[in-house]
Amino acid sequence: MSEIAYQQEVQHSVDFLKEKKKQRLQHLFKGMLFLFPSILLFSVFLFYPLGKTIYLSFFLTDNRGEPTIFVGMENYLEIFKSPIFLQSLKSTLLFAIYTVPGSIIVSLFLAILANEKLRGIGVFRTVFSSSMGISVAAASVFWMFLFHPTIGWLNTIVKAFGFEPIGWLTDPNWALFSVSVSTIWMNVGFTFLILLGGLQSIDSYLYESADIDGAGYFYKLRRITIPMLSPTLFFVLTVTLINAFQTFGQVDMLTRGGPQNETNLIVYSIYQEAFMNYQYGTASAQAIILFVIILVLTIIQFKLGERKVHYQ
Amino acid sequence: MKDISKSYDKQKSVIDQISLSIEEGEFFVLVGPSGSGKSTLLRMIAGLEEISGGVLKMNNQVVNHLPPKDRNLSMVFQNYALYPHLTVEQNILFGLHAKKVDKMEQQRRLQETVEMMGLTELLKRKPKELSGGQRQRVALARSVVSEAPICLMDEPLSNLDAKLRAHMRIEIRRLQKKLGLTMIYVTHDQVEAMTMGDRIMVLNDGKIQQIGEPITLYNQPANLFVASFIGSPKINLSKAKLIDQKLVLENGLQITMNKEDTLPLLSQPNLTMGIRAEHIFPGTAEQTSHTLEVVNVEQLGNETLLTFEVGKELWTAKWLGQWRIQVGDQVPVQLSSKNICFFNSESGALIRPAVAMKEQEVVGL
Repeated sequence: MSEIAYQQEVQHSVDFLKEKKKQRLQHLFKGMLFLFPSILLFSVFLFYPLGKTIYLSFFLTDNRGEPTIFVGMENYLEIFKSPIFLQSLKSTLLFAIYTVPGSIIVSLFLAILANEKLRGIGVFRTVFSSSMGISVAAASVFWMFLFHPTIGWLNTIVKAFGFEPIGWLTDPNWALFSVSVSTIWMNVGFTFLILLGGLQSIDSYLYESADIDGAGYFYKLRRITIPMLSPTLFFVLTVTLINAFQTFGQVDMLTRGGPQNETNLIVYSIYQEAFMNYQYGTASAQAIILFVIILVLTIIQFKLGERKVHYQ
Repeated sequence: MKDISKSYDKQKSVIDQISLSIEEGEFFVLVGPSGSGKSTLLRMIAGLEEISGGVLKMNNQVVNHLPPKDRNLSMVFQNYALYPHLTVEQNILFGLHAKKVDKMEQQRRLQETVEMMGLTELLKRKPKELSGGQRQRVALARSVVSEAPICLMDEPLSNLDAKLRAHMRIEIRRLQKKLGLTMIYVTHDQVEAMTMGDRIMVLNDGKIQQIGEPITLYNQPANLFVASFIGSPKINLSKAKLIDQKLVLENGLQITMNKEDTLPLLSQPNLTMGIRAEHIFPGTAEQTSHTLEVVNVEQLGNETLLTFEVGKELWTAKWLGQWRIQVGDQVPVQLSSKNICFFNSESGALIRPAVAMKEQEVVGL
């Protein structure tokens, strides 16, 4: 009697396992079906180009981009000896240092202002976020007018104060700064909007409670607003940093990498190398280096950031 | 010392010209259904909401114009408003830190409060690592540590489960007595109001319905709203008419009245009568006034709740002990005019409270 019962139990458990396996397979299949469109798109536009770039970076190419001679790590060694590439690395780094804190501080300031409940605040919110809706090309064109050495507004102002006019985009000492200023202006719309969203999701009870406790404006800002905003700040920091390393449009429009390669940021340098000098091999090597730099920076950021950020 | 009197006249009339005074050391409960303006009133006292008309005085000084921090009060919010990025210790000390209280003094007060509230073990934790009851305690500690003489509470127990709520009710009450705080407590829960308050103010649509001690509100509700809001199960109501010394209810039920009881009612054409659930007594052989059909039975162990259909209303009777009664049974009950409150149907105002309440209470003891 008991033996039969035992056998039946075994029979059952085997069935269950089979059934489970079948279900798991079905799950996997369904999951894959949902993932298929994005896997396809990512493969075509991301994984394949990445693989191809890595492959190309080990070759010399002809001017159509066909690999000709395998040179191994030669391309990498070559570009690290090239003063132009080193200059562009330095410029990119400086550019990031100018634009990332600049964008965040300016837009945080604007977001805190625009978070006040005042009449007509909607107008200011729209104005502050409007640069998000302007393309890099359009923005570059009117910054070009502002920077114009003779008829530009900036020089008109400078002259009104009795200083020498500045060659904003032509003076090697000023060019990177000028491009950074216009980039900060372009970034502000997006970062402002994200930060404002972050500010508005902070529970108003916290401020009311602090009011009753007798906390002043700056105390609340420092002890409540900034810590509660830290996840948003972290997100904005990551995005603007990556954007800074990938800047291309405004450089192409405003300075074309000049003067004296001062504004030759790394993506622009890659573009020049590949599509003007037809050196696809070295261009690929530069692209891989950029990829590694951004990857490492983002990893460091997450490692450091996670300790300081308070997720709800 | 503390004498708060105020009268508001808000434009939108969320709060409509309310005047009251709260004594020092009193546990004062504001109770009303949601949207009655009780929280708004509390926030006005705290200074979080502007007072659009009238005068708010504390200690005989007008404080209308003062910001919240200068009103010398503390407040516990419904969702506790703990700072999620700070530890329990930092949360409790937040206010003292903001006011730049001396470090030694901060630590002394922290130790005292923490021991009183039983939070010693939890000081280094973040709010998200605490249970609901513990968070509640931190919120209380934060208001205790400020040593403000007035404490405002906005539905502090509504996020807790029933068992914890009952426990915290007692704890808050004890704390208030121990520290001699003047407490203004907002709730929508009439049980909380009854069990905790020294005095209760019932608020509806921004108007005061009644102010008084819990028992007074229960026994002599000023109007139909208070009568139906205070007490659980709800008071049983029915429209009624006085015909030939008899009270005739909507469904034709007749209750005999004494001559002297009917006198104040004669001039009132439209009556509403109310009787508490515990005053519908089980009928005995010699004392049965009516027989009613049971539509629902709730066995609570120590008492039995019976539901009857009387006209359009469902009436509930609360009988002590366990009664074996089935749905559909015809049950003898005893209704006495002594236990009935009478209201004017149109204005809702009380005409005559139940006269027998006082005696019943004594008998009950």
